[in-house]
Amino acid sequence: MKKDWPLWEVFIRSKNGLSHKHVGSLHAADAQMAIENARDVYTRRGEGISIWVVESRHITASSPDQIEAFFDPANDKVYRHPTFYKLPDEVDHI
Amino acid sequence: MSRERMEEYFQATIDADQKIEPKDWMPDAYRKTLIRQISQHAHSEIVGMLPEGNWITRAPNLRRKAALLAKVQDEAGHGLYLYSACETLGVEREELLDQLHSGQAKYSSIFNYPTLTWADIGAIGWLVDGAAIMNQVPLCRCSYGPYARAMVRICKEESFHQRQGYEIMLTLCRGSDEQKAMAQDALNRWWWPALMMFGPNDKESTHSEQSMKWRIKRISNDELRQRFVDMTVPQADFLGIQVPDPDMKWNESTGHYDFGPINWDEFWNVVKGNGPCNRERLKARVQAHEEGSWVREAAMAYAEKRKQRAEERARVA
Amino acid sequence: MVPSTRLYDYLLRLGDNALILGQRLGEWCGHGPVLEQDIALTNIALDLIGQARLWLEYAAQTAGKGQTEDDLAFLRDAGAFRNALLVEQPNGDFAHTIIRQFLFDAWNFALHEDLCNSGDLQIRAIAEKSLKEIAYHRKYSSEWTIRLGDGTEESRSRMQTALEDLWTYAGELWNPDDLDREMAEAGISPHLERLQPAVEKYIRDILTEATLEIPAGTWMQSGGKQGRHSEHLGYILAEMQFLQRAYPGLEW
Repeated sequence: MKKDWPLWEVFIRSKNGLSHKHVGSLHAADAQMAIENARDVYTRRGEGISIWVVESRHITASSPDQIEAFFDPANDKVYRHPTFYKLPDEVDHI
Repeated sequence: MSRERMEEYFQATIDADQKIEPKDWMPDAYRKTLIRQISQHAHSEIVGMLPEGNWITRAPNLRRKAALLAKVQDEAGHGLYLYSACETLGVEREELLDQLHSGQAKYSSIFNYPTLTWADIGAIGWLVDGAAIMNQVPLCRCSYGPYARAMVRICKEESFHQRQGYEIMLTLCRGSDEQKAMAQDALNRWWWPALMMFGPNDKESTHSEQSMKWRIKRISNDELRQRFVDMTVPQADFLGIQVPDPDMKWNESTGHYDFGPINWDEFWNVVKGNGPCNRERLKARVQAHEEGSWVREAAMAYAEKRKQRAEERARVA
Repeated sequence: MVPSTRLYDYLLRLGDNALILGQRLGEWCGHGPVLEQDIALTNIALDLIGQARLWLEYAAQTAGKGQTEDDLAFLRDAGAFRNALLVEQPNGDFAHTIIRQFLFDAWNFALHEDLCNSGDLQIRAIAEKSLKEIAYHRKYSSEWTIRLGDGTEESRSRMQTALEDLWTYAGELWNPDDLDREMAEAGISPHLERLQPAVEKYIRDILTEATLEIPAGTWMQSGGKQGRHSEHLGYILAEMQFLQRAYPGLEW
């Protein structure tokens, strides 16, 4: 049997109103232990109020090889941004 | 893309001060250099727990005990962040630990010196953490994203370490004659090893040039060492104790302190395993790992059993 | 109103338990079975040292002799310590550390739950703060008890051995003596015999899940609470108090 505990990615919500944010990883034998280890490792200075953990191998990531095909096409769609639309100065709050 | 193009693109990314992330293409040598450096750094944190850990049970009051516990625990945390950063490069922690335990991997030589008195805990915080911070702050801008992010976290947490060390020194230096002598003795023993922490002189340093180009390293060994000296000597003056270097003096024309030659023989000897505590430090790490092996195995076995039981329950239901 | 010397003695029990167990856990720092657990054990040690400081500070105040938490921690000899025998037992392997922690936490949690209703406001305040920490300790040590008990053959056998070694010290926690009764009568602390059934049930449930068996022997050691300790405490203090003893009366 493999002795090394699996790797988990840790996400922490620092306070209500904010999203969980990736803070790092750690090893744990199971999910419960991963949560507790994350509490002990990553919230020693009161950094969080909620923790997510996910085993690293369950994360599917986009490939950096396709970075251009994936993300460049979004760069020239300026009409998705509010500044694309010109309104007269007299019109407020829009 | 041809290999050449990829290397060009890679270097251009770095030159533009952008980060390299785990899945990005990188030259093998870059990956290898990072693995070596980050794992050495992680090992240093873990081995570094031992000399200070020595004094947790003997801390002179409860406030100091709590602070020291928290500090040594931080080092475990920092080791962990760094092992994690290293794992993003495709090497598992277990493998890195094997390299440490077999003596193949190095760690910072300073931790092969003994902590003989309580003042050593002050001196380590003040000098060793001071030197480490000096080394680490530029690493927060290192080109490899996970390493840089780990360093940001580490530097933030470490800011209390140096202060707690200096506070210990200050208390001793304002205390009895015996305490002041203790502080002076600790400075005598830790000063030179602390200067050695910045590594060989620039002209002797084998990895430096390439690492600078890759922005893994951003400031040269000698420059960092000089900054450290310039920062630390006035702090020693304030304590009223003397740096053990007869050549140390302020140089008006350069605006820096001049200091005497470093004993590189001693440095290389300690690196090669002949420091006062090399064997016992490594032995302590190996022992902890071996004695923990049944715990790690049992936790995996239990996790496996629980998973199977859940699956069985799901089948029955 | 209880005499302040009696309250002082009782506070020492609370403070010394936390202090000595915290000291023991501090020995693990840098030597844990895996980095994550090194950090976890140190967190518990830090909680306990923090609790010890609060109890001992209050004890020193109660004594009214101008002493500090540190005077009490560093200048009393073994016979003046009032911790239970369980917490001074050596770390042994990780199994011994976990069983010691588990037995202590199971009782300590129940105790602090009740201390939150103490008639003594200062005790109530300290207990409220500590209870949150102890709740986590109990969760941690319970889970590890189950995990290692129901893990591999080796881990089960190590845990069973640890339980055999340490069970005899558990009773002291919940068997009341005169001081415990006096405090309970005064509404300062709970009646220990009333805590016992729930504590024992909790312990039995976890041990059953861990596939561990409570040892057949029912003889329980006692004496720590009254200052009669095992040989271990002398060594703990020799180490812990070394600087204060070698250089009396200095600031550190």
